[in-house]
Amino acid sequence: MIAPLVEVKNIHKRFSGVYALSDVSLSIAPGEIRCLAGENGCGKSSLIKTIAGVYQPDEGQIILNGQMYDNLRPIDAIHEGIQVIYQDFSLFPNLTVAENLAINSQLEQGRKLVNWADMERTAQSALAHIKVDIPLRSRVETLSVANRQLVAIARALLHNAKLVIMDEPTTALTHNEVDSLFEVISELKSEGIATLFVSHKLREVLDISEKLTILRNGRKVSEGETNEYDEASITYHMTGRHISGNQFTFDATDDEIPLLSVDKLGREGAFENVSFNLSSGEIIGITGLLGSGRTEVALTLFGIHPANSGRMLIDGREVLIDSVDAALKAGIAYVPEDRLIEGLFLERSIGDNIIVSILDRIKDRMKFIDFKKASSIIETWIDTLKIATPNSENPAQSLSGGNQQRVVLAKWLAAESRIFILNGPTVGVDVGSKLEIHTRLRELASNGAGIIIMSDDMPEVVQNCNRVFVMHKGQIIREYKDDFVEDQLISEIENLK
Amino acid sequence: MKILSNSPIKLPKTKDNNLNRLIIISIVIFVLMAILNPGKFITMRNFRSMSYSFPELGLLSLGLTICMITGGIDLSIVGTANLTSILAAKLMVEAMPENPTSAIIALYIFLAVGVAFIFGIIAGLINGYLVSTFHIHPVLVTLGTWQVFSGIAIIITRGYAIPNLPKPFLFVGNGRFLGLAMPLYIFLALAIVVAVLLRKTQFGRSIYFIGTNATAARFAGIRVRKMLMRAYVSSALLASTAGLLMISRTNQAKADYGRSYILQAVLVNLLAGVNWHGGFGRVIGVAIAVVTLQFLSSGFNMLRFNNFARDFTWGVFLISIMIFNHLMNERKNRLEADIAGAKSVE
Repeated sequence: MIAPLVEVKNIHKRFSGVYALSDVSLSIAPGEIRCLAGENGCGKSSLIKTIAGVYQPDEGQIILNGQMYDNLRPIDAIHEGIQVIYQDFSLFPNLTVAENLAINSQLEQGRKLVNWADMERTAQSALAHIKVDIPLRSRVETLSVANRQLVAIARALLHNAKLVIMDEPTTALTHNEVDSLFEVISELKSEGIATLFVSHKLREVLDISEKLTILRNGRKVSEGETNEYDEASITYHMTGRHISGNQFTFDATDDEIPLLSVDKLGREGAFENVSFNLSSGEIIGITGLLGSGRTEVALTLFGIHPANSGRMLIDGREVLIDSVDAALKAGIAYVPEDRLIEGLFLERSIGDNIIVSILDRIKDRMKFIDFKKASSIIETWIDTLKIATPNSENPAQSLSGGNQQRVVLAKWLAAESRIFILNGPTVGVDVGSKLEIHTRLRELASNGAGIIIMSDDMPEVVQNCNRVFVMHKGQIIREYKDDFVEDQLISEIENLK
Repeated sequence: MKILSNSPIKLPKTKDNNLNRLIIISIVIFVLMAILNPGKFITMRNFRSMSYSFPELGLLSLGLTICMITGGIDLSIVGTANLTSILAAKLMVEAMPENPTSAIIALYIFLAVGVAFIFGIIAGLINGYLVSTFHIHPVLVTLGTWQVFSGIAIIITRGYAIPNLPKPFLFVGNGRFLGLAMPLYIFLALAIVVAVLLRKTQFGRSIYFIGTNATAARFAGIRVRKMLMRAYVSSALLASTAGLLMISRTNQAKADYGRSYILQAVLVNLLAGVNWHGGFGRVIGVAIAVVTLQFLSSGFNMLRFNNFARDFTWGVFLISIMIFNHLMNERKNRLEADIAGAKSVE
């Protein structure tokens, strides 16, 4: 048997007395493609940070290339060939590809002046290594996410990596980009470089990895050859319960006036001629490639970028949505893509986050904010949505991702919204919380709300929507109704690329 | 989830820590000054003199607080105070007819105050418009408008002071009511108004949200532009009031009065724990901080502290407070990182 490249034994790591890792062992062989799966907060990040020397374990052993480390520092891990590619890639956005790739070797050479030719040679060979071609002189901030990631991988290889750890590498990638990432990973394998692939996307886990390690609540709950698992068994190990998806259905009644009618809506340079109806109780999906115009449609429906043409009707009456305020008054809610930036006030209390949109509705006769009323509203929604917090005065950042999402929903429910537009509602959310959010959305719909999901997570759209629209280049090009097959939709989207 | 609910994690209540820290600093400075100036610091005379001088800085600081909560800043407050009070002084002194009756004097004082407030509103609207529409950094905007307002004031006065304001008007800055200084009442009244404004009105709550995360505020339906305009107008109105107080107390209006106030007002707000990045800050803190600074300044005066070293002292104090705040923040971040670490286990 080949000596393992990385071996960690019986690692324990505590934060303020709470276990982040508890008795976790992991062994990775050279050239292996290993997947580390688990829900958010299961200890995945703590484990990779331990291997990279960022965290010191409280107990346990770390052995890299046969060398035991009592006090592993990040620089030791780098010298042993451990390279971590974090989600933000840690690149310099304002520098060129060549500069990003070659900056370290230039610094190591201790030159006072930059040798541009040498720099480009280093960079070119690094990219050739993984068989990709990216213009050396373009600035990193102008690259697509996929290309940025490739630059980060190429840079890792320049450090003579033996193990490349990728933290959720596919989060922002399209289908094709994921495929080419997988090719790069296979390429690495052929050179004897191991990959530790951290993900909670089940399909990818099954597609790419040879061996699989699943963590739950800081413990290793399962490990084995990937071909011994299927989606259901991985989900079970990740969550500790059996989760079965069932298709959302909606029985339309013919003579009903739709809750929302969008009629030939257009906004110059973004989209045109977008028409659809949304009934009370319905969940519809809008999907398409990145840049298809779906986010722009959402922003227009919510009054952020008002429309230039067409009209919107709510309950059959025409409404003018020219500001967020108007949208709110019309009962339209928007849950943005990046909930952390656009949806939440992380440093403010959970309570503040819930009442932010109804400040004008909780005033007393003196026009002052009625704090009694506010706190009763806050408590109601924390109870109803089961937001896990001991105290509504705690800042929103003290919550986990799923609970933060619930706070965003609570804000809109408190505002008595009837039309919910959700943009990528479960991006970055783990399987368990994802299911809860979907359950919540269905509950909303059954209570008479109309819901629009903008998402490129096909299983999500297919399972939770009774109709799906495909957008391409600013237009709706197809509507899928009733009984449609997921693969049909996926292949249509792939063909658009 | 189970772990989270079993061991409730509460973040330390930093804002109250801030206030406690401030009160301790205030007491330490008070005691120190009392010991260094035996028989002089703790006297009726000194307290009275302090109660006439700190309200001006206090009002300017409160205006700054409002802007800092939005995540901005208003460096033009002294310029606004001078310009508006000079306009008021001009009206009261130069436009006043010969041998006026007391009714005429009252009318002119009334008009002068009105003019000061109207131009205060205009100044605030200019700042608010530039900040909210062109997305220029508030530091740059208000640095520019400070220069503009002061420039206009110099043009109007040609650099000379406008002295000899009407007698009744001087009462505001120098008079006493029930044994206490008039400026003290004005400061207390306006501090309460601002506190209520920030704590209990939609405008107040909105600017805290804007200061925390302007994008999220916009998506939550808060009218960011309107609220920013209001914030800068409020600040300018407080500055105009401070300006009127200044000319009433000194019995003259000058274009270059109170230049060091702007730095001190920043100092007061940082000392008060108003967050430089916006979103956090309380009036009670500002009130304590301004009084604390007055203890310091009066105490130094009594020590015959070299007058030329004043600016130097304020500057050193400002930088020390920023370093101190930074260290406290780091400590807080470490605590939060620990909590986040614990949270990720959940």
